[in-house]
Amino acid sequence: MQNFPGVGVSPGRIIGNVRQMPKPISEPPAGEQLSAGVTPEDATAALKAASQAVHDELKGRAAHATGDGKAVLEATALMAKDTMLIKGAAKLVARGLSTERAIWESGSSVSEMLHNLGGYMAERATDVLDVRARIVAELRGVAAPGIPSSSTPFVLVAEDLAPADTATLDPNKVLALVTAGGGPQSHTAIIARSLGLPAVVAAVGVDELPDGTEVYVDGAAGTITSDPDDSLRAAADAWAATASLLAEFSGTGTTADGHLVPLLANVGGGKDAVAAAKLGAQGVGLFRTEFCFLERDSEPTVEEQAAAYKSVFDAFPGKKVVLRTLDAGADKPLPFLTDSTEPNPALGVRGYRTDFTTPGVLDRQLEAIALAEKQSEADVWVMAPMISTAEEAARFASMCADAGIKTPGVMVEVPSAALTAEAILREVGFASLGTNDLTQYAMAADRQLGPLAALNTPWQPAVLRLVGLTVEGSRAEGHNKPVGVCGEAAADPALAVVLTGLGVTTLSMTARSLAAVAAVLKTVTLAEAQQLAKLALSAPSATEARAWVREKLPVLNELGL
Amino acid sequence: MPERTATIASRSGLHARPAALFAEAAGNAGVEVTISMQGEPADEALDAASILSLMTLGAAKGDVVVLRADGDGADQALDALVTLLETDLDAE
Repeated sequence: MQNFPGVGVSPGRIIGNVRQMPKPISEPPAGEQLSAGVTPEDATAALKAASQAVHDELKGRAAHATGDGKAVLEATALMAKDTMLIKGAAKLVARGLSTERAIWESGSSVSEMLHNLGGYMAERATDVLDVRARIVAELRGVAAPGIPSSSTPFVLVAEDLAPADTATLDPNKVLALVTAGGGPQSHTAIIARSLGLPAVVAAVGVDELPDGTEVYVDGAAGTITSDPDDSLRAAADAWAATASLLAEFSGTGTTADGHLVPLLANVGGGKDAVAAAKLGAQGVGLFRTEFCFLERDSEPTVEEQAAAYKSVFDAFPGKKVVLRTLDAGADKPLPFLTDSTEPNPALGVRGYRTDFTTPGVLDRQLEAIALAEKQSEADVWVMAPMISTAEEAARFASMCADAGIKTPGVMVEVPSAALTAEAILREVGFASLGTNDLTQYAMAADRQLGPLAALNTPWQPAVLRLVGLTVEGSRAEGHNKPVGVCGEAAADPALAVVLTGLGVTTLSMTARSLAAVAAVLKTVTLAEAQQLAKLALSAPSATEARAWVREKLPVLNELGL
Repeated sequence: MPERTATIASRSGLHARPAALFAEAAGNAGVEVTISMQGEPADEALDAASILSLMTLGAAKGDVVVLRADGDGADQALDALVTLLETDLDAE
């Protein structure tokens, strides 16, 4: 047995076999020539054989896929042996370039051409680059990039996962996610929680485990153990039994003494919203509207947007839906809004700030929201991301009023907003703490960076203090304006208790976490939660804050959370 | 050289699924088939079996294209491909 400690980001105890995510295909050096003794004719034949092999592999996968996935795989398979791509490469090979470099350059020019055509064609440009990488991998005799295909479920081990990888991640094939890099707020963590998969990030050394190694993954404790013994097998079996108990949420978030804490869901679109409603969510605490915009080259029309928003509102008739206006920039660039050349995108023109540089997009979004609200029965609240000052909050509130939106609010994710919450809440109706960004900015630690994972946790006493200050600001303002949490922190059952104790009024999370949070919350009284909040605030470090609180919540261990 | 004209019937034009189906059929035709927009010179025609070429052609619903092929079975192959183009493949 060998142990790999990391950071647990999604609970669950499971045993499975490792499949390593292949490393990304590196670019063949510019000007790389054919090896001595290889004729261009032989090289071209090898290129054609590789392209045929990639075609056959993709075609084979298409045969097992359904719907849109099938159509995309079939089209991608055809691209692999497309004459435009292959003839372009063959011409370069005839001039002496290596096959890898030739297909790389041919793929670049085809992809650029499609990109310049815009619209649907531009969206296919990345497919050409994917095909190109697969052909290079075939020529080199290494594994194709992307999530490995396997007939049996496996533990996926990677350096880190990109948002694009999630599109091909089949939750029926993947038992758990383990990454050597990444932090608690990385995409891997978010994906794992939304799919309900156990996950551990920042586990140094796991990328050296050979394919097929049997491992035990504990997503709550944050450990990976190779060649597990009988006691770990028993732990995995016990989890399988309790997991089914944690799948049900009654639909009312409350403490043991009846203090109500509505438990809401974070959603990205209509499909998510329907699933969240089925899991008992009491409303939506964060509707990330940029998911309607991503992978678009141009702004969707007001009508298109309204239809997308309505699909979420319709899943929660009579209930609260908090919509966050477009949060583009940093790790979510949009070609028509954000400048990709900024030296420091996390501190750049992102979120609400894009309205400074590209006015009009936000006005049209608010118009679309108001239009969708009229056609639905949801109680619609609208908040702006990345608000830093009371002045910005006032301006956003007046934009909302102009559009006919009744309940404007702000995200508190910039520390300055937490510190001036009283002044900000005089301008708007509510605040919602985005703990992921609040942590990244309070700790000055990029949330995507593995080496900074220890800094990047909402258990940091400084972050908890900012949460407390925001609640105090609301109390000082005097109108009981709600302060919710919609970051990943709310999905951690122990932290959810602390946040409740700090005075947070609602918790919004990935719908899969609702049952676990509700189960733990109902074991404590409000007074006990307040005691635990004090305890966490008094801790000298994030590690101790977490350990001290968890020690007082034995229910966590009983449930394997 | 035998040639035919055809009017694109698929709602999304010669993109996406219709393009994939057509490119595959052209690739299996047994003869080399080219495609161009009506009115464009024959020597600028594109390989009909290339999905990437079809995408760059940018033919929309209602556009008229010209298919050309030479050799044994060219006429039959062209007839079959015209039928395919004049079917709304998005409807299936």
